Amino acid sequence: MSRLVWILAVLLSHWRRHPMQLATLLIGLISATALWSGVQALNLQARTSYDRAAATFGGARTAMLVSRNSATFPQQLFVDLRRAGWPVSPVVEGRIQIGGRSLRLLGIEPVTLPAEVGNAPAIGKAGLQSFVTPPGEMLVAPETLSELKLTEGVTPLASDGTLLPPLRVQPQLVPDVLVVDIGIAQRLLKMPDQISRLLVGKAKGRRAPLENIAGDKLRLVEPDAESDLERLTDSFHLNLTAFGLLSFVVGLFIVNSAIGLAFEQRLPTLRTLRACGVSAGMLNAVLLVELVSLALVAGIVGLVCGYLIAASLLPDVAASLRGLYGAQIPGHLTLKREWWIAGITISVIGALLAATTSLLRAIRLPVLAAAQPYAWQQAQHRWLIFQSALALIVLATGGGLLWYGDSLVSGFAVLAALLLGAALGLPAILERVLSLGQRSAHRPLAAWFWADSRQQLSGLSLALMALLLALAVNVGVGTMVESFSRTFIIWLDGRLAADVYLNAADDTQAAEIRAWLRERPEVAAILPSGRADTQIGGAPIEILGLADHATYRDRWPLLQASATAWSRLRAGDAGFVSEQLARRLKLGVGDSLDVPAPGGNWRLEVVGIYADYGNPKGQIAVNIAALTRRFPQIPLTRLGLRVAPAAVPALISSLQDKFGLDGRNLVDQARLKAESTRIFNRTFAVTAALNTFTLGVAGIALLTSLLTLGNSRLPQLAPLWAIGVTRRRLAAIELAKTMSVALITTVLALPLGLLVAWCLIAVVNVKAFGWRLPFHVFPLQLLELVGVAMAASLLAALIPMIKLARMQPASLVKIFADER
Amino acid sequence: MNDKFAISRRAFTGGAVVLGLGGKAALAQGFAGLGMNGGGFASVIPGKTFAFPADHGPHPDYRIEWWYVTTNLMDAAGIAYGAQWTLFRQAMQPGAQQEGWANQQIWMGHAAVTRADTHRYSETFARGGVGQAGVEPKPFRAWIDSWQMRGLDPIGDDSIAPLELTASGTDFSYTLRLDADRALVLQGDGGYSKKSERGQASYYYSQPYFKVAGSITIDDKPAQVTGRAWMDREWSSQPLTSDQTGWDWLSLHLNEGEKLMLFRLRQADGNNYRSGNWILPAGKTEQLASADIEMTPTAFTEIEGRKIPVAWRIAIPRLALSIECSPLNARSWMATSFRYWEGPISFRGSHGGVGYLEMTGY
Repeated sequence: MSRLVWILAVLLSHWRRHPMQLATLLIGLISATALWSGVQALNLQARTSYDRAAATFGGARTAMLVSRNSATFPQQLFVDLRRAGWPVSPVVEGRIQIGGRSLRLLGIEPVTLPAEVGNAPAIGKAGLQSFVTPPGEMLVAPETLSELKLTEGVTPLASDGTLLPPLRVQPQLVPDVLVVDIGIAQRLLKMPDQISRLLVGKAKGRRAPLENIAGDKLRLVEPDAESDLERLTDSFHLNLTAFGLLSFVVGLFIVNSAIGLAFEQRLPTLRTLRACGVSAGMLNAVLLVELVSLALVAGIVGLVCGYLIAASLLPDVAASLRGLYGAQIPGHLTLKREWWIAGITISVIGALLAATTSLLRAIRLPVLAAAQPYAWQQAQHRWLIFQSALALIVLATGGGLLWYGDSLVSGFAVLAALLLGAALGLPAILERVLSLGQRSAHRPLAAWFWADSRQQLSGLSLALMALLLALAVNVGVGTMVESFSRTFIIWLDGRLAADVYLNAADDTQAAEIRAWLRERPEVAAILPSGRADTQIGGAPIEILGLADHATYRDRWPLLQASATAWSRLRAGDAGFVSEQLARRLKLGVGDSLDVPAPGGNWRLEVVGIYADYGNPKGQIAVNIAALTRRFPQIPLTRLGLRVAPAAVPALISSLQDKFGLDGRNLVDQARLKAESTRIFNRTFAVTAALNTFTLGVAGIALLTSLLTLGNSRLPQLAPLWAIGVTRRRLAAIELAKTMSVALITTVLALPLGLLVAWCLIAVVNVKAFGWRLPFHVFPLQLLELVGVAMAASLLAALIPMIKLARMQPASLVKIFADER
Repeated sequence: MNDKFAISRRAFTGGAVVLGLGGKAALAQGFAGLGMNGGGFASVIPGKTFAFPADHGPHPDYRIEWWYVTTNLMDAAGIAYGAQWTLFRQAMQPGAQQEGWANQQIWMGHAAVTRADTHRYSETFARGGVGQAGVEPKPFRAWIDSWQMRGLDPIGDDSIAPLELTASGTDFSYTLRLDADRALVLQGDGGYSKKSERGQASYYYSQPYFKVAGSITIDDKPAQVTGRAWMDREWSSQPLTSDQTGWDWLSLHLNEGEKLMLFRLRQADGNNYRSGNWILPAGKTEQLASADIEMTPTAFTEIEGRKIPVAWRIAIPRLALSIECSPLNARSWMATSFRYWEGPISFRGSHGGVGYLEMTGY
């Protein structure tokens, strides 16, 4: 035992002498763990809140009975089903406004609520009586309470003047939802004896067939293992995970080179220890203990950093998820024990993985062995052939997946194959380029330059692969975001056709406002709009009512349309569908679809397809008059106004004064556009941050590799110095070599990055969001990235070069005397 | 949600639905909140004149009430069964009955079947006011979800027979027909049943004379059964004192035709309040007081960490009765929101027969 400790002490003394190396190793492990676990923390946080949402709503996790025509249905059906043995619990749902803010109001029946609805608001023991007996209680998430600027226990007034039950904070509740007893909800929503859906408990037992009790009024929706939100946001999380994994792999490259360097430098020590009688097994055990301890320390620090990264990215992630999918994620991070354990484990596994080659060499270490750089290169050559073959196989697999795959996961697999194949193929390509250079060289120093660059490849290839990956992903994501941004802004310009948007409190007020507006000369047009919700195939669908007006005809962008698309809308038997809905239902112009409406199915011919970026729900656009005929209960409170831009501010302030409309329900186009763009930008803030992190980690990888090489390459450089090449010249040559391989890698990364961007736009986005963007290339952006990559390479190469330029001649002389 | 409420059973449940009392909290305030002060609810006072069928229906002015049937059955092969059907009502607040969801009543149903080798049970809850559960006196009908006890034609108001009883759980169900040729029996002093020396009481009547025929299905295997049943009807606003911690209750069908009801209310100070009723075949009754009754546990079974006295020696010297009761299934445990033991028993000694035993508060 004490022997073990002594050997460990000998090995550890190396780090005391080389603190920079220890720092590099730790930085590698820490950054790998930090980024990976940071991303995991974000995913975990989001998933937890989806669970919360799913459970609270009695959403997709619970089987449900819903009305066939998506309307509410009489409460008597609940009683009839209970009496027939169905373990059902009623829910009524609607929206209510408090202080101009629209919130989801959920009425539940706590006594029959199935136990497996899970972490549904625990009404609690003593709570039942006060919850159900008037005035009851209104449960609210702490976030929502503070946003409403209200305190627990107050009885707020709804915007229509109704007195609401006293508020009670319920920490497990999702934001923007208010939960009250069903009886109270029916009264507040003016839906007496009506229910929106029935949650079906898991309890089995004798049940009469559904048709015998409810006829064809109700439809059973089976529970999904995943919630709607989970499915919707899958792509987002896959995206984050991919970034986390990439950073992790790049971090491991750093660890690999640091460990390789340490091993290289400790070779004499190891040999001495073996010669002193330490068995190979013992030596390896000690090396392993050393590595695992370092990994544990780095893992803990990495987790703390990961936590900080996650905490700083969370607001952006939350904003993205809210903007893209309407998912509510609480703004503070809560972590589970599993996360900590997983983080430490991944750090240890990563360290072991990165150290595999070094450890294997230590096992096979002969007691008396000389350094054999050339033999390594021979081995490297065989390895290169094998690696290139592997690259081809991976790329072929990627191609196959692209051809046959049809899912989001296969889309990401194509991306992964593309990146991995390119990375594996990189050394072979560099080798080819360098040997071409060698052939074209005539002067001896130039010939040596190329030959030595080739020999150096083996040591640099991992770092260059890391650089290639980071750059390619940067180009890919940058191109996608930029394409999206450009498309989005153009689309938004067309989509926000009116100049002022307002939403009246109710139909009466809307009528008053319209009458008043008609008298105003600056108002060129009043465009009423409406919105109804229904479901197709279990998925929620919005139906948008558009006024029959030239504004839309001229400005509303359509991706595809039949010749008379706009005039066809008028008759009420035709509609436009959003791109994502068209993809999901495989609809084209000329097809028709049945839309469930209160009076029975509404058959619509598809006469156009339009882009609807950022909307998680499928959407159908129809004529507003046709919509109100089919959905008579929808509020007609939304108006769009065409107003000369100069007259907008005055009109808005008089509307505010006259009708008490505030910023939430009266907004001009410019503000709406600014708001949308802001949300859009935040959506990609996380991507940009992760992008930068990855590039930074790749830079560190390059630096550590060069540091590693710097020492081991002295035997190659010393002879050149001996025949008269100055140290400065040597350093300059070294710098030129590094920069040239970095440049080749960067240039290779550009087409690869564009391929990645194409994959993201044409495969991943389509699967994830249901929309396809036009593909743009942004040369300036690419140029900028090349500059950044070269600067990073320069920075990484500078320290070893300065070291070389300032090296004592004695150190170089020693090369000829020393056996390494 | 159900498991979030701690609820008792027969005897006195409902309070707990609202109070959520269980375990020690229940002890503190009497068993499952039954020791609560009856503020605002009607009081139980001696001298009530019962009127049927009206009194078969609910008494919402009182805090709690139940309709309670236990049956001792046997199939053609001689295998013994027990079946239980219970509907509890509890008012959350006193006052005039509100319509719809605002109604103050909470209903709870328990059903169970017991065989020597298995005990199956189920529990369900409902709010009053919407029709999911309720009781109507004429034509008599008590129901919660798909469970039902309904009067068959021609029902006798004083015998509350014939009845049809149905219930089902995930792994059992039964349909039983109950017939009785004699009038029901008022417990205590003309239906006024004292529950403590301090005057806590309930209105209490029973129909112990039911003959039963029907079928019990366990795991999809039906069995035709016949036997006897006992119905208890009881309502009150505050039946227990705050220091009463639980109770042991027995209903016994003697082979000779007599019926015997006994209960023992355990107090925190270790003393018990005992009471009983000796019912002769002709319906004549004889009240038994604490001093008349000796009840001694003779065997215990540990269930969920609780020591349950499943076998009893019972002696009533005045009646020259001395019997040993043993359970059909010692694990007749109702692991419902409020946990208790309830199951069929048989007894021998000076008299033989079958009956039901219920024990709460352990």
